[in-house]
Amino acid sequence: MSAIFQPWPWYVSGPLIALLMFTLLKFGKSFGMSSNLRTICTIGGAGKFADFFRFDWKSQRWNLLVLIGAILGGFIASEFLSTETVNMDLNPKTIAALKEKGFSDAGKAIVPKQLFGLEAISSLKGILILLIGGIMVGFGARWAGGCTSGHAISGLSNLQLPSLIAVIGFFAGGLLMTHFIFPFLF
Amino acid sequence: MRSIKFLLAGIVFGIIMYKSEAVSWYRIHEMFRFESFHMYGIIGSALFLGVLLVQWIKRSKMKNIYGQPIAIEDKEKSFWRYILGGSIFGMGWALSGACPGPMYVLVGTGAMAIMIVIFGAIIGTFLYGVLRTKLPH
Repeated sequence: MSAIFQPWPWYVSGPLIALLMFTLLKFGKSFGMSSNLRTICTIGGAGKFADFFRFDWKSQRWNLLVLIGAILGGFIASEFLSTETVNMDLNPKTIAALKEKGFSDAGKAIVPKQLFGLEAISSLKGILILLIGGIMVGFGARWAGGCTSGHAISGLSNLQLPSLIAVIGFFAGGLLMTHFIFPFLF
Repeated sequence: MRSIKFLLAGIVFGIIMYKSEAVSWYRIHEMFRFESFHMYGIIGSALFLGVLLVQWIKRSKMKNIYGQPIAIEDKEKSFWRYILGGSIFGMGWALSGACPGPMYVLVGTGAMAIMIVIFGAIIGTFLYGVLRTKLPH
C-alpha cells in the first residue's frame, strides 16, 4: 500500500492515462481538456464578440464535470495520497541549474516559489509571467485545435498526422522558451 | 446520475496527474532540458497502450456503453494551424509549467497562483476566437 503514497513511476501513470482515454471513449466522449476554456468563454458571454463562441455549451457539460473532478483529484491526491513533504526525484543537474537562478525549492515543491509564491505574484514581473504563459497556452491550444490531452494522447493514439505536427510544435515552442527565453527571465 | 461518471473520471485524472508529478513545473522544465526520461516515459507508455486500444476499438467495431459505435473523428488536415498554434502553446507550457488539464489539478493542491494562469488561458482562448478569421489555418 505504501507505494501509493510515493510518486507513481511513468510505467504506471502512462498506461493509466491511456485507460482513462479509453474510458471516456466508452462513455461516448473524447479526452481533451482545453475545450473547456472555450466553454468557459461561451458561458461568460463571449458569443457577443465572436461566432466561435456561439454553440450550445450544455453539450460540453460533461467535460466541465471532468474539470471539477480534476480539481477534486488534485486535492485528494495531495492531501490523502501523498507523504507530507514533497520529495521529487529530479535530475541533480536540473536542480543545480535552477538553484543557480534562485529556485531554492527545486525538487522539494510541486511548483516553484519563484513563480507561484506570494512574493512572486506580488510583483508585476511575476504576474505577467503567469498571465502571458496562460494566454499562450489558451491561444495556442485553440489555434492548434487541442493540447497535450487532445493531440499528444488522443490524436497520436489515433495516428493522426495533424496531431504529430502539433506535438512537434509543442516541443519547438517549449525548447525555445526553456533554452532561449527563460534564461533572460531568471 | 448519468453524469457522475464524468466527475469520477476527472477525479481519477487529477490523481494520476498529481501522483505522476506531471503537474509539476519542475518536471516540465526537466523534460525540456532533456534531463529525465520521466515525462517521455509517461507520454510514450500512454501512447503505446493508447494506439493498441484505439486499434482494438476500430477493428472490433466496438460500441460505447450506450450501444452506439465508437466514432473517433479524424483531425482536419492542415499544417500552419498545428505548427504555429502548437509552438505558441509549447512556449506557454514551458513558461507556466501547466497545460490545460494540470492547471485545474493544481487548484486542488492549493497552489492558488495557478488561477492567474487559468485566467490567462481563458483570455488567450477568447483572443483566438476573436482573431480566428485573420489567422492562417
